[in-house]
Amino acid sequence: MDTLELARWQFGVTTIYHFLFVPLTIGLSFLVAGMQTAWVRTGHDRWYRLTRFYGKLFLINFAMGVATGIVQEFQFGMNWSDYSRFVGDVFGAPLAIEGLLAFFMESTFLGLWIFGWGRLPKRIHLACIWLAAIGTALSAYFILAANSFMQHPVGYRINPATHRAELTDFWAVMTNSTNLITFPHTMAASFLTGGGLLAAIAFWHLRRHRRDDTDAATADGQRVAFRSAARVGTVTVLIAAVALAITGDIQGKIMTEQQPMKMAAAEALYHTEQPASFSIVTIGSLDGKHEVYAVKLPRLLSFLATGSFDGKVEGIDNLQAEYQKLYGPGSYTPIIPVTYWSFRLMIGLGMLAAAIALVSLWALRRGRTPRSRLLYLMIVALPLLPLAANSFGWIFTEMGRQPWLVFGQLRTAAGVSPGVSGGEVLTSLIAFAALYAVLAVVEVGLMLRGIRAGVGDERPPEPDDADTDAVAFAY
Amino acid sequence: MTLTELWFLIIAFLWLGYFVLEGFDFGVGMLLPFVGRDETDRRVAINTIGPVWDGNEVWLIVAGASTFAAFPEWYATLFSGFYLPLLLILLALILRAVSFEFRGKRAEARWKTGWDAAIIAGSAVPALLWGVAFGNIVRGVPLDARHEFVGSLGGLLNPYALLFGLTTLALFATHGAIFLALKTHGPVRERARRIALPVGLVAAVAAVAFLTWTQLHTGTVLSAILATGAAVALLAGLAASRLGRDGIAFTGTAVAIGLAVVSLFAAIYPDVLPATDPAHSLTIHNASSTPYTLRVMSWVALAFTPFVLAYQAWSYWVFRRRLGRHDIAGAAE
Repeated sequence: MDTLELARWQFGVTTIYHFLFVPLTIGLSFLVAGMQTAWVRTGHDRWYRLTRFYGKLFLINFAMGVATGIVQEFQFGMNWSDYSRFVGDVFGAPLAIEGLLAFFMESTFLGLWIFGWGRLPKRIHLACIWLAAIGTALSAYFILAANSFMQHPVGYRINPATHRAELTDFWAVMTNSTNLITFPHTMAASFLTGGGLLAAIAFWHLRRHRRDDTDAATADGQRVAFRSAARVGTVTVLIAAVALAITGDIQGKIMTEQQPMKMAAAEALYHTEQPASFSIVTIGSLDGKHEVYAVKLPRLLSFLATGSFDGKVEGIDNLQAEYQKLYGPGSYTPIIPVTYWSFRLMIGLGMLAAAIALVSLWALRRGRTPRSRLLYLMIVALPLLPLAANSFGWIFTEMGRQPWLVFGQLRTAAGVSPGVSGGEVLTSLIAFAALYAVLAVVEVGLMLRGIRAGVGDERPPEPDDADTDAVAFAY
Repeated sequence: MTLTELWFLIIAFLWLGYFVLEGFDFGVGMLLPFVGRDETDRRVAINTIGPVWDGNEVWLIVAGASTFAAFPEWYATLFSGFYLPLLLILLALILRAVSFEFRGKRAEARWKTGWDAAIIAGSAVPALLWGVAFGNIVRGVPLDARHEFVGSLGGLLNPYALLFGLTTLALFATHGAIFLALKTHGPVRERARRIALPVGLVAAVAAVAFLTWTQLHTGTVLSAILATGAAVALLAGLAASRLGRDGIAFTGTAVAIGLAVVSLFAAIYPDVLPATDPAHSLTIHNASSTPYTLRVMSWVALAFTPFVLAYQAWSYWVFRRRLGRHDIAGAAE
């Protein structure tokens, strides 16, 4: 493999890995902030215990997100220096602003939150977790603004002397229509992921403490707390799923307009159709160039892509011919089996998570504790499905843009660092993969350990003033 | 002042903030086995930086991203050119970041020893390699006409850069020892104070040697004054530490690191990455973004930096109290 291919693999591996933790962190930060708010407002111990319990799991993920995030920023310069040169004038600003506005806020207020229990006044301490949560959302906004520029470049011009992109309208980059819809979609996905984890853990504990424990009081405390968490989690998943469907639908229409090839590739639609049918399953030939077998819903794709049941959806072959005229000879078609299946898996796994959440919420009605073993087995999948759906979503978004790095402007092959050798990239790919694999094992182990521990029976710290001598230790 | 000059200053300021702040938490990490003889002592040490290390590391992220935004050529050439050292720094920072969070999650001694080793290595490796990287920036690196790095890893490990690596390693260790003395009482403070002097003297000798070498090589009158100031501040800090004046001592090492950073940037100005063939050097002019981008960024920086500085300062104020063994003994796991 050459530098280009290795650099692409490295970007894919490190980014997908990083993005396992990001949505969990975003979703959980808001959910933990919500639970702490419930405690501050109602004074019920169960909310305090849940805040502490889920807070611990949130922090394990946050650490992984932070640790793997630095790689992302450095990687643009290390592996993609020609991309950085081409796009730095436009793309660097959202990254720098993300650091200044979001990362400082997240890290500083999270430090205050972790170590401030019992030391900061209750409401100020609560404000810290909210500020950290808002920081995670801001960071998502800015990084997605940068990514949206790659999908749909706006607010720039190409300098004819240097052949590089130059920013002409910062506001246009910040309010890129692609980002205005990608951001809520990503936030909804984060809540789906966070809510799924919250609920799955809660149900696991409900089942565990269903029968009377030897220590009845503890079991009771766990049941009361985790019932609330199970509700919060499943309701979050359901609301998030609705938001995902709505934002995803709008995204599909914007994508059809801005990157028609990606839409065609999502559907493996080779020939322009009007009206176009939506494929439920298509089995293609191995090279992905012909359709062998397909199950289709008539007119649905037209509606998804254009908002009208009669809309015209352009096919891959037509677009390929069109792009060759526009950009010169070459292939402008992404790898169809990858885009086709990742698109389906993203939607399908997300919908499956929502269905499980709906069934589990129903099973909780009027104070019931579900008994079905099958239900509990399904619930284990609740946090895993959104994680997989998130990954497939990004694989689709990024692979569907190929061969472009910046759509219509810079090809992926032209962005790689000219001075970096294949050996160097291979070294870093192996190093990151090995370290990430070890950390994954450790992280899962710690999460399971933290989950098993359940909520504590500690009492909340007494409300106090800032001048107390108490120090909270987290490390 | 032009916008490119302003952004050169801002990036120098961000690196200054990064090295002054993360410098001491690198130091605390490196000195863990020396100041912490048992688990309680080690926890005292780690908890002095617990609430702030992550915020300190963000200075690096902002410095990197600002370089990307304001001087894309500099970012592209530097990061692809210093590939393997940056890879090692990244691996170290990843390990270090998770170690703080993970080490307390299990009680077994082997678990803690393992993560302690990760904290020590994760702090020492970047402390050394950032020095090597900056040593090379000041020295100048081989660039071709396209500003592409054409040197080798062996070339980056030249004596001049390694000397600066040793300097930053010792300097951050000293800074960390003095920070620990300021933030703790009891045995950790005593050990930290005992370590500060010898390590500080190594740092001073290395720093003076490096700064003299730099003066002979690229120095100006300004960088000479700054470098002398840095050396004086370091020695004053060590003297204050001897006298038990921890606050003054910490100010001394902080000023020393700050002036050293300023002196490096003063030495390369108006280059951002000098090339061995001066015709190929990256300067604030040929590496910079467009005036429009710089203007937008300036407004954003102007509007938000005061808030960032204020709440970071507040977090230091909240956790201003010294820690000791009895805090840990009384605290839950």
